[in-house]
Amino acid sequence: MAGNGAIKEDGGKGVKEMVIERIKSIKGIPPEENMLPGTPACAGCGGLLALRHCMKALGRKTVIVNAAGCFTLLAIYPYTPFKNSWLYTAMASAPAGAQGIRDALDILIKKGRLDPDEDLKVVVLTGDGAAYDMGLSSTSGAINRNLDFYYICYDNEAYGNTGVQWSGATPFASKTGTTPPGRISPIGSELAKKDLFAIWNSHKPPYLATISPAHPVDLINKFKKAEQYKGPKLFIALSPCPPGWGIDSSYTVKLAKLAVDTGVWALKEAVFGVVTHTVVPKRFKPVEEYLQVQGRFAHLFKPVRQEAALNKIQEGVNEYWNRHKLLL
Amino acid sequence: MRKEMLTGNAAAAWGVRLAEVDYIPVYPITPQTEIIETLARWISDGVMDSKYVTMDSEHSMLTAAGSASATGARAFTATSSQGLLYGFEMLYAVAGWRVPLVMANVSRGLSSPITLEPDHNDVLAARDTGFLQIHCETCQEVLDSILMAYRLVEDERVLLPIIVNLDGFYLSFTREPVEVPDVEQVRNFLPLYQPKHAFFKASQPMAQSAAVLGGLGYSYFKYQMHMASQNALAVYKEVCEEFETGFGRNYDTIEGYMLDDADYVLVMTNSFSTLGKAAVNNARESGIKAGLLRLRLVRPFPVADLKAAITGKMAVAVIDQNISIGKGGILHSEIASCLYNEKHRPLLLSFIAGLGGKNISPDEFEFIINKTVTGADTEDAGTAQLIYTDKEWQEMERLKRMAGKG
Repeated sequence: MAGNGAIKEDGGKGVKEMVIERIKSIKGIPPEENMLPGTPACAGCGGLLALRHCMKALGRKTVIVNAAGCFTLLAIYPYTPFKNSWLYTAMASAPAGAQGIRDALDILIKKGRLDPDEDLKVVVLTGDGAAYDMGLSSTSGAINRNLDFYYICYDNEAYGNTGVQWSGATPFASKTGTTPPGRISPIGSELAKKDLFAIWNSHKPPYLATISPAHPVDLINKFKKAEQYKGPKLFIALSPCPPGWGIDSSYTVKLAKLAVDTGVWALKEAVFGVVTHTVVPKRFKPVEEYLQVQGRFAHLFKPVRQEAALNKIQEGVNEYWNRHKLLL
Repeated sequence: MRKEMLTGNAAAAWGVRLAEVDYIPVYPITPQTEIIETLARWISDGVMDSKYVTMDSEHSMLTAAGSASATGARAFTATSSQGLLYGFEMLYAVAGWRVPLVMANVSRGLSSPITLEPDHNDVLAARDTGFLQIHCETCQEVLDSILMAYRLVEDERVLLPIIVNLDGFYLSFTREPVEVPDVEQVRNFLPLYQPKHAFFKASQPMAQSAAVLGGLGYSYFKYQMHMASQNALAVYKEVCEEFETGFGRNYDTIEGYMLDDADYVLVMTNSFSTLGKAAVNNARESGIKAGLLRLRLVRPFPVADLKAAITGKMAVAVIDQNISIGKGGILHSEIASCLYNEKHRPLLLSFIAGLGGKNISPDEFEFIINKTVTGADTEDAGTAQLIYTDKEWQEMERLKRMAGKG
């Protein structure tokens, strides 16, 4: 349990919630760096920026269990950028690796063979390909078993490490290496992005949140809130990817912010299945502002404006916020 | 110590219980399931102090078992056939983590066609992964091999995972009298697992299983695994000797049956070796000096022991209960490669039999032994023989007619 707040009466709901000492501005972000620079990640990697904040929140008594993806290349023998431990597993089964480590730590502590001070937070780190597609079974299993772990998905909406191909996280009308816009298929990806938040939330985990590298205060506060819960604590970080999205590497934070301001990426959390939005733009910007600056959507504007596709994207965003009664 | 009538699966579970395993992630598959159900009952009843977890697939199960082992716990898991293949990626991964995981594989033929009864294409598919392999003939051997397996692979000169193999149905569900040792006796033989190389704790952060780029690191770590597996041959002899001292039973890398004075040798593995031994008895009664060599340690391959046992023989018939489609018997190829440079190498014949649990009848053994004797006389090994009787052929023709393919 966390030591950063007091227990609040739950008003008869049966779930006690801690009163969290929230940070109010970026001045409140922990100064300690648990992931050091010098990694081989691409310049401007949005996922890496999100991870840096996550590691500040998690601290050093942590073991990261990694699934195959871009961030597998963070730990290349004999280097690691982390102050904490690391285990690379495979693409599909990082949550199962977390299960083995969590259970082994528990039984070794129980049997008196490991000092409780040596205990670690167990953190799964996967990209969207593993999280949305191949690793869904092992993730569902771990959530269902109420495994006490953190799960960070850096979601750059494609198989990035293999050079940007379609994944279950790829949004409608995105260009990827396996959904190239052409004469027959001018739109690119015909499929909608899977709603991983809803899939995970159907398991009613103690804590689930979307995060953004452009909203570090919201991110840190979500980790602070999550800490009070024993069980799955799950995070999806929309992670602008300069080479994959066709943006300049200096544009990552601006684009992550635009994703929130246009309503494309809803910042929210769910506690035992109950969803709350944490950042709601006062006025939503048109989705086109987000799309037109990205190379992966350039075919929606040139050579022919794909009006139907653009409308469909805006309508999808409107429908989401209407459904949650938050569209003003 | 007490004697009980145990199935092969129950004997495996007893081995795990006596090894006082810390962690057991599971996933059911026929014919292995009885092992994990037995362990579940013991843990639920409190006679075993282990953490047990039901996983979502064999791939997840192997990942959890390996990562628990990498954390410093003694882990066990079990599978069969399709399950082994579903988790296959993790066999290579976990072996590369250099963790001493013990896994039981209850052999079963591989789909397609989907089937239940045993052959060894499942376990032999894992031969290149880095897992060591012990193949068992009897229920007693299954229990004893689990204990020996932990002792062998937890040795710092080895540190690789291991598969203990038993045949589905013929051994997994056959009851035999088994001596169950006392746990104190086992503790003397098998001390607590206290890894110095792989663990997770807050005071000593460690990056395990980091990526390597280029062949420099990759080749190095793969060679290390091969050399560790080679070390296991000598360590195995020590473990074997200590096991015999403690428990009175000897299990060498290979088992010879009427082998010393034999001219003609059958090579087999696993439970069907019992049928082979009966066939050797029959041949001896007819005046043929036959013998049998049962290969027990399949990885590392006991090249020196094998050479010493069969060089100078007239002819050797390898009976493979597996088929490498397009090549033939897997063990035939492996044995041939050990003998090639020997001056007094015997004629080596190849027979495929017992696929999908098909019986090998006394008549079929007689055919194999006769072929081996005439082969030696004519110095002609012929090509691989696919054993299938006239009666079986006729029955299959009948089934094909029923299926509309007659």
